[in-house]
Amino acid sequence: MNKKSFGNQLLAAPHVVWSVIFIVVPLFIMLYFAFTNADGGFTLENVKQIGLYKKAFGISILYAAIATVITLLLAYPMAYFMTKVNISSQRMLMMIVMIPMWMNFLIRTYSWITILANTGLINTFLGKLGIEPLKLINTPGAVILGMVYDFIPYMILPIYSVMSKIDKSLLEASEDLGSNAFNKFRRVILPLSRPGIISGITMVFVPSVSTFYISQKLGGNKTMLVGDVIEYFFNAGPDYYNVASAISMVLMVMILVCMVIMNRFSDDDSEGVII
Amino acid sequence: MKILSRLYIALILFFLYAPVAVMIIFSFNSSSSVWVFEGFSTKWYEGLVYDTTMLTALEHTLIIAVLSALISTVLGTAAAVGILAIRKKVASSLVMSMTNIPMMNADIVTGISLMLLFIFIGNLFGLNESLGFITVLAAHITFNLPYVILSVMPKLRQTDANLVDAAMDLGCTPFKAFFKVILPSISTGIATGTIMAFTLSLDDFVISYFTCGKYQTLPIVIYNMTKKSVTPDTYALSTIIFFVVFALLIFYNMLQSKSEKQAAVRKVGAK
Amino acid sequence: MQKEENIVQLKNISVAFDDQVILDDLSLDIKDKEFITFLGPSGCGKTTTLRLIAGFLEPDEGDVLFEGKKINGVPAYKRQVNTIFQRYALFPHLNVYENIAFGLRIKKWPENEIKAKVEEMLKLVNLTGLEKRHIDTLSGGQQQRVAIARAIANHPKVLLLDEPLAALDLKLRKDMQKELKKIQQQLGITFVFVTHDQEEALTMSDRVVVMDGGKIQQVGTPQDIYNEPENAFVADFIGESNILDGKMIRDFYVEFSGQKFDCLDKGFQENEAVDVVVRPEDVDIVPVEKGMLTGIVTSVSFLGVHYEIIVDIGGFKWMIQTTDEHFVDDKVGLFIEPDAIHIMKKSEYSGLYGDYSSYSEEIDHLSDIIEEE
Repeated sequence: MNKKSFGNQLLAAPHVVWSVIFIVVPLFIMLYFAFTNADGGFTLENVKQIGLYKKAFGISILYAAIATVITLLLAYPMAYFMTKVNISSQRMLMMIVMIPMWMNFLIRTYSWITILANTGLINTFLGKLGIEPLKLINTPGAVILGMVYDFIPYMILPIYSVMSKIDKSLLEASEDLGSNAFNKFRRVILPLSRPGIISGITMVFVPSVSTFYISQKLGGNKTMLVGDVIEYFFNAGPDYYNVASAISMVLMVMILVCMVIMNRFSDDDSEGVII
Repeated sequence: MKILSRLYIALILFFLYAPVAVMIIFSFNSSSSVWVFEGFSTKWYEGLVYDTTMLTALEHTLIIAVLSALISTVLGTAAAVGILAIRKKVASSLVMSMTNIPMMNADIVTGISLMLLFIFIGNLFGLNESLGFITVLAAHITFNLPYVILSVMPKLRQTDANLVDAAMDLGCTPFKAFFKVILPSISTGIATGTIMAFTLSLDDFVISYFTCGKYQTLPIVIYNMTKKSVTPDTYALSTIIFFVVFALLIFYNMLQSKSEKQAAVRKVGAK
Repeated sequence: MQKEENIVQLKNISVAFDDQVILDDLSLDIKDKEFITFLGPSGCGKTTTLRLIAGFLEPDEGDVLFEGKKINGVPAYKRQVNTIFQRYALFPHLNVYENIAFGLRIKKWPENEIKAKVEEMLKLVNLTGLEKRHIDTLSGGQQQRVAIARAIANHPKVLLLDEPLAALDLKLRKDMQKELKKIQQQLGITFVFVTHDQEEALTMSDRVVVMDGGKIQQVGTPQDIYNEPENAFVADFIGESNILDGKMIRDFYVEFSGQKFDCLDKGFQENEAVDVVVRPEDVDIVPVEKGMLTGIVTSVSFLGVHYEIIVDIGGFKWMIQTTDEHFVDDKVGLFIEPDAIHIMKKSEYSGLYGDYSSYSEEIDHLSDIIEEE
């Protein structure tokens, strides 16, 4: 109700200008590149070429989806159990979960090589037990493991933070109304923690589906994900920026569609941010 | 049930920390193997001191992280105040959606699109080297902004709108009122935003990879190291980074729990 | 300077937000050193008027004058006016002392004078010894006192109070009412008070401004607005009233409910349609044969000091307050003295209020709770 707020609105101006230049304009330039050839002429060639990479798209979505589901299954009980310990331990646990998140994911991914390699820790250990070495590294399983490992904190934290805010009296009310432990979980805790699940899924799926490092390190050169394709063209030089843009465009639209679908499931969690 | 849940927590933590432990252990390996531990040595750490590529990259990373965190904090805090003052709901949600794009979009897409922008601008000015310090900095500010805004905004919302009126009523100019009243009330939000921006910037690989040109940051150097054969020096560097981040987080947490304790003491005092 | 000088004048003020009219051509003079209260329901424009005087808001049309000088466009921080906000707006990051010292520090007072002033203020509001306390450790009443001290430490010529007591419980509110009145007399500052609580307005004020729909409905002493309401809105909003359609047959003679009554009002045209107000406590219940009107009791509630009785007279439900007990379905007579009858001109509010057929205390109470902002 204050007319002076007009002056305050101007404070958003630098940010708006910045965002237009560095967020909106780049996306349009990408769009432009996607529909032109190296000489700047209009072409649909790049978009048509995407068909060649449908396998990469397919595998990316498949792996990312599997990784997201596994992450959710692992993270949900973790978040739930975290709310059960006393408050000071909760704070500790949250920090412990967060620390790897802030560690460079290159390094985190990289150290799995030591564990999974043919001569790595697991196989050395198995060898001592007289078991034949297993093929662990350079398999789809290793890639998915890498995704799960790298992004699981992004699933645990939003779910935990939503769950820990659930009003205890709601749980008591549900018991009062006759819920047993299972019903309390299914009818109160689960629906109320949904915003956390949704943002967790987004935060795991998006980086998983677009990764290029994890697949290179843990998947060998056998698995080519969308991210790898984009990175490959990026390194191939300016002549290939058009194709790279077209593929990025499609990847972005794909992620957008996934998120719209996800948001259908969430009610109002427009600000469900981590931490 | 209780034991099971504790066990589960322990298992997940083991999963989270096993690779970290492996990394720390092998950073002290006396041989260059990352498979077989042959004896304790700190030689990989000593080696880092003389690695000029690494040291330059570290310097770059810190410069970018500090600058981008500071700039995005100022821009983002002003933006949070501004966005909340926008009365047209359509306009403010439009700005918010635009703000959130880099947070929601895949890093690789953000990175590529920024790279194309920089190359485009570079071509306009006829530069043959479009990417470098300025472009990484701009890219980092861009992806930091939404995190700052989203840390400050809830604090601003909690702040009683009458406080500014009260300060002006007592003689503050609007400018002074902001610094004397609003800033102290949202300071924890701003601090959270700055720390997040700083850490995100330190950590970023993908977007830097596409926008840095020859101005290599630490994650880029690490990436290049892991492309070649694997030696414990990478682990040594990572271990150092790990403990720095660890210390930062502990410090941050102490700050937070201290302010919460003060609040708790105040509450008790009221009775 | 005369004692009766106007300190704040509002001249033909209009304010609209998003095409919604909040204040409509409002004019008012506020006298120096008086305790004046804006009273009205939620959305009547009383808080907006206050914000205009404080300088948080500029009128779309009209002028705000302070000591005879136009102050349109003078920002809040340059006006010699201070405000006590609805939820106090105490600075959460400062302690009691620093909150009170805030305005003085802005004015760059020397430290020893600030200290003396803060101590004086703390003594005035009975908070001595709580200097170092943090705001969120204080009770509601204590926060209220800090807000008062913070505002008057700056020696405002006018103190604006925006529903300052709304958050306090009843007992505390009564105490604070007395205390505020005392402080106002002690300091000789003009108080402009905003409330939706009519009882509060009547007890504290020298003059009451009744507002509705962005317009002033009546200005006057508490006695004036209670005894001589100008229209049906004022009559209904202040206290309880039975408001009936009537016809002024001639001076001192009025007809309503199918009967003719002597009254004390004059100055209407012959046979002019009017609104007639009869306060519930001014009606006597008498045996049917002695009654000027007769009806059936439809509801009785015991309120401690008196009974509140609803009587149906020809379809119109009267509210009557009496100390005698009556029972539902009793047939009773009503006796009304000439001085109990008050005649008002017809207004846009005619016919909207004054019948207790849908009367429910709960609704009254709820509308009190769902107040402004």
